[in-house]
Amino acid sequence: MFRVDAGSGVPIYRQLVQQVRRDVMLGRLQPGDQLPSVKEVVDSLSVNPNTVVKAFGELEHQGLVVRRQGVGTFVAAAPPVTSLPVAPKLLGSLARWVDRARQDGLSSEQIRILLEVALDEPAVILGDHRAAGGAG
Amino acid sequence: MSTGLRCAGLGHRYRRKIWGLRDCSLDVPAGRVVALVGPNGSGKTTLMSMAAGLLPASTGRVEAAGGAPAQRLDRIGFVAQDAPLWPRLRVADVLEIGRCMNHGFDAAMASERIRRLGIRTRARISALSGGERAQVALTLVLAKRPELFLLDEPTANLDPLARREFLGSMFEACSETGATVLYSSHAVAELERICDYLIVLRSGHLRVAGDIDELRQQHRVIRGPDGWPDGGGWQVISQRSTAGRTTALVRRDGAQLAGPGLHDAAPTFDELVLGYLEGDAATRHEEALA
Repeated sequence: MFRVDAGSGVPIYRQLVQQVRRDVMLGRLQPGDQLPSVKEVVDSLSVNPNTVVKAFGELEHQGLVVRRQGVGTFVAAAPPVTSLPVAPKLLGSLARWVDRARQDGLSSEQIRILLEVALDEPAVILGDHRAAGGAG
Repeated sequence: MSTGLRCAGLGHRYRRKIWGLRDCSLDVPAGRVVALVGPNGSGKTTLMSMAAGLLPASTGRVEAAGGAPAQRLDRIGFVAQDAPLWPRLRVADVLEIGRCMNHGFDAAMASERIRRLGIRTRARISALSGGERAQVALTLVLAKRPELFLLDEPTANLDPLARREFLGSMFEACSETGATVLYSSHAVAELERICDYLIVLRSGHLRVAGDIDELRQQHRVIRGPDGWPDGGGWQVISQRSTAGRTTALVRRDGAQLAGPGLHDAAPTFDELVLGYLEGDAATRHEEALA
């Protein structure tokens, strides 16, 4: 269930934490679901066990998972994240927007850049938009 | 927390007064997997040989697996570069020597591992490929069940599958026994997955040692107009200029923030390692004079 992008700016233990958070938010992981063991993650990814233990510790600290001694690690009964059901209205309009961007010939990378700009600098974009609208 | 490897003012001077390692002080907690990085001739093998008890300290001292290396030889597993083994012996003989010379040697595990790898026990070491020879040496060291692994470029000769298999066995040993690993490699890309602690050596000097995640938090990569770090009180580890822009790896001091016009990011593992390998011009100048 895990993937690791070595060489990215994000430490590997943090990548593992983010992937579990994302899957819990999307409902792909449900309360009570069992996570792979540390050994299974180590074997499949060839990453240091300390890194995996650290990620699981962080997830436990965040209240996302509980560890049962000798049994395994499970998604907590009430994980402290707001769930994002997979097909709400917002995701539908986002999917239509992505579809339109692709029809305009934009690559995945270009689409990601636009999303990042919209996330990081919304005020600037909306300001420009209003200014342009006012002038026209 | 117990110590996996501790050095205090450690140095070794070879004949003709060349220092292989100089004034090295570090303290690696037990159970860490340490990336040991440095250019050729930077002191990696010298440090490993001293930790293995094969080379005396000219200055300072070293503690490996909780004691002086000479007293802890049964707890230390060393695989030197290119896995040297007696070429005329057969694989079975090498395993038997391992069993006789090491108290607690897991002979069953060793023969099972060799069988699983498809290496013929009747073959002479000289008849093995580089990868097979490396696997025999690594099997010996795994079967010894040491508290401290000293591995000098252990996977350089292994194909990707053999490499993954060996790393799995090494990680299993770490999980089971809490062993510490000192792992040298030039392949910086593979170290990020394997290691959680970093030691960078250059020209016989320790450049940096520490927990990788902590080091990444303590450093920033900052990009700005040429010459921006000058006189700004930055602790610059290394910098390079291209096309009118200067990019520098800096150590972050408390709340100091990048000013306007500077682009500021957390370093990737590569940027951290390469930044310390390159170092700044002043350090290079000092080394040239030394």
